[in-house]
Amino acid sequence: MSHIEASHVYKVFGKREQEVVKRLEAGADRKDLTQLGTAAVIDASFSVEPGEIFVVMGLSGSGKSTLIRTINGLWKPTTGSIKIMGSDIAKMDARTLRATRRDKISMVFQHFALLPHRTVRENAAYGLEMQKVPKAERMERADTWLDTVGLGGWGDKYPHQLSGGMRQRVGLARALAAETDILLMDEAFSALDPLIRREMQEQLIELQETLSKTIVFITHDLNEAMFLGDRIAVMRDGRIVQIGTSEEILTEPANDYVAQFVQDVDRTRVLTAGSVMERPNAVVQSNVGPRVALHTMQEQKVAALLVTDRHRKLLGLVRDRQVVRAAREGQKSITPLIETKDVLRVNENDPLSSLFAPASSSIVPLAVTDDKERLIGVIPRVALLQTMASIGPDTGEIPVIDDSGELHAGEKVNGDHGAGQAQASPQDLAAEAVPQEDLGADESLTGPAPGLEDDAASDATATERKEDGL
Amino acid sequence: MNFDPLNPRFPLGDFVHEVIRWLQSALSGLIGGVRWLLDLLYGSLEYTLATPIFLIMIAIFAAVAWLASGWKLAVVTAIGFYLIRALDLWLPAMQTMALVLVACVMAILLAIPVGILAAKVRAVSLVVKPVLDFMQSMPALAYLVPVISVFSIGQVPGIIATIIFAMPPGVRLTELAIRQVDHEVVEAGQAFGATAWSILRKIQLPLAMPTIMAGINQVIMLALSMVVLAGMVGAQGLGGEIVGALSRVNVPLGVEAGLAVVIVAVYLDRVTAALGHRSPLARALKAST
Ligand SMILES: Nc1ncnc2c1ncn2[C@@H]1O[C@H](COP(=O)(O)OP(=O)(O)OP(=O)(O)O)[C@@H](O)[C@H]1O
Ligand SMILES: [Mg+2]
Repeated sequence: MSHIEASHVYKVFGKREQEVVKRLEAGADRKDLTQLGTAAVIDASFSVEPGEIFVVMGLSGSGKSTLIRTINGLWKPTTGSIKIMGSDIAKMDARTLRATRRDKISMVFQHFALLPHRTVRENAAYGLEMQKVPKAERMERADTWLDTVGLGGWGDKYPHQLSGGMRQRVGLARALAAETDILLMDEAFSALDPLIRREMQEQLIELQETLSKTIVFITHDLNEAMFLGDRIAVMRDGRIVQIGTSEEILTEPANDYVAQFVQDVDRTRVLTAGSVMERPNAVVQSNVGPRVALHTMQEQKVAALLVTDRHRKLLGLVRDRQVVRAAREGQKSITPLIETKDVLRVNENDPLSSLFAPASSSIVPLAVTDDKERLIGVIPRVALLQTMASIGPDTGEIPVIDDSGELHAGEKVNGDHGAGQAQASPQDLAAEAVPQEDLGADESLTGPAPGLEDDAASDATATERKEDGL
Repeated sequence: MNFDPLNPRFPLGDFVHEVIRWLQSALSGLIGGVRWLLDLLYGSLEYTLATPIFLIMIAIFAAVAWLASGWKLAVVTAIGFYLIRALDLWLPAMQTMALVLVACVMAILLAIPVGILAAKVRAVSLVVKPVLDFMQSMPALAYLVPVISVFSIGQVPGIIATIIFAMPPGVRLTELAIRQVDHEVVEAGQAFGATAWSILRKIQLPLAMPTIMAGINQVIMLALSMVVLAGMVGAQGLGGEIVGALSRVNVPLGVEAGLAVVIVAVYLDRVTAALGHRSPLARALKAST
């Protein structure tokens, strides 16, 4: 049985709802009926199967929120029916409706909708509270879910003390804690900035692997829809114009509107460096000393760091070998060690199709800068290849620089062509890495550097290669 | 009765008087009940406030101020009430506090449910609004007359007139406060299957509380502004002293009683305002980041 089954759902706001529906059924245009009422959802039929992520996508005002609100009965459809696991939600009496919402459907809201006077834990436990779970147990279960979404230890804080991304995690924990089979998410990630948003999307996918809930996810972002959706419904002016997998939507758009939509978003959002970049973690400022740089390398498990100035302007990279040597020689700053040669950089607005995956041996990922040359993100090689693979047939060849440094397709934007040749292969680097005893025995390294014990510096992970990301 | 259009006379007042008289006989039981209840409440509160030695009461007032706000308000309170005693106005001041507190408790008990209903049911809001406007714009002296005619003179008409005069902001701010609560948060309650009652108790009221407390604060201030009028209908207390001073042109007594009213007003204002900062919401928002 489908978990959600909508058939011929209409939702009209206004005084003469039925009349509007009749006229629409007779073929009238929605725009000609604005005097009588707003037709927010017109003749929507779809079903969502257990364990499926069903994405509803459309521009602002296309009726997405109205549609999702009819699914849990916050709105009653004007005509048509919505069946939740077989029973019509609009025909339920108040008590059954509450029970259904409590036990079968939960919702994540666009603007979080947390209770500001309650702690994070109490918020996460709200659904359980409605289910009359005893206090001690619900607090414990809330904590477990907070852990799951990465908010372990934040239970005693209040929502206003959290960042937007964390608040949305609380909203997610609240919905997950209710342990309902169906999860409704109305633009749940839209209020988050792009990097956190991507993180949340990945986390949702990860959670879905173990939980396999039935999810209705609303978004106006094609990128997000493609990433999350098993199937995607495209809405326009209240109507669902196409339902299909992302592949189908991209390759066989049902009409010009969908084609345009896909194409538009292609150009502006999906296919830019900025839309696939990740948070740059392996970065230091040029005024830090070699010990701090070493510490960062060790923490991030990388062999090289990107270096910026105080205003986040990208200067270049430093490598572990040079940094270790500088640390041993007691140098105060890493500035003289900065190399510019092997840094591949692109602008955030560069279309993805013009990007190139760095060579597999490249030790720093593609750096994404804004118009002022400031470092705002990075694109690891693997992530870029993945994205390129999932774009579909229209984008053509995947441009890759291989280890020999030769550019195979596409065009280089900014980087140094010689990148690949100039640098040793990972094996070489590993072999040349400073031996542990060297570091441990060296008196000069046991100095007062905070957070950098000599054993930490000699930790093998500090020189471990991780080719696909910082 | 014949009506001359060129010289119109409409005996509205007589008509209202008739209605009141009719009500008086029809609802004599209810009126008696109200009078009994208010008398009882006032009597016991006045007894509680005025019987102990004044130093004990000052200590209690100061302690309440300390708990609600802090030591500064406690010190000011102690000095203020000590001054009232020094002006030899202790008993009238306690009577005034008893009257104001009884009237405010009644006004708040009426105002909050009405405000909540008005926020939830449009029809109630539509009816309540003009009634509140009427209650607020009608000069207080004018409705003292019918109140006296129903309840005669003494504490009770004073309390009733005070309730009528002080209640409107309580209703208005409660309605506003409930309406202001973020709609999405209320929807979150619905989406998780909460009952209307649970949403009211666990979401709307806590989030509305700071505004409701502001309303309660206004109710108390308006009630205090009524003490003189209450004194005119024979209520004991600082109002009665001021009315007496007025009729005898007793300047020292007038000034002193006026000052005592101010002290009581400042005390009640600060304490209730401080309580407004102690709602769960206010406390949550104060938690440092
Ligand atoms: N309560 C309401 N009363 C009247 N009209 C409404 C109501 N809610 C939505 N509408 C109308 O219904 C249409 C669809 O709105 P809806 O909120 O579902 O769009 P949406 O796709 O969610 O847009 P957005 O991306 O901006 O959230 C809009 O024209 C809106 O003005
Ligand atoms: Mg919406």
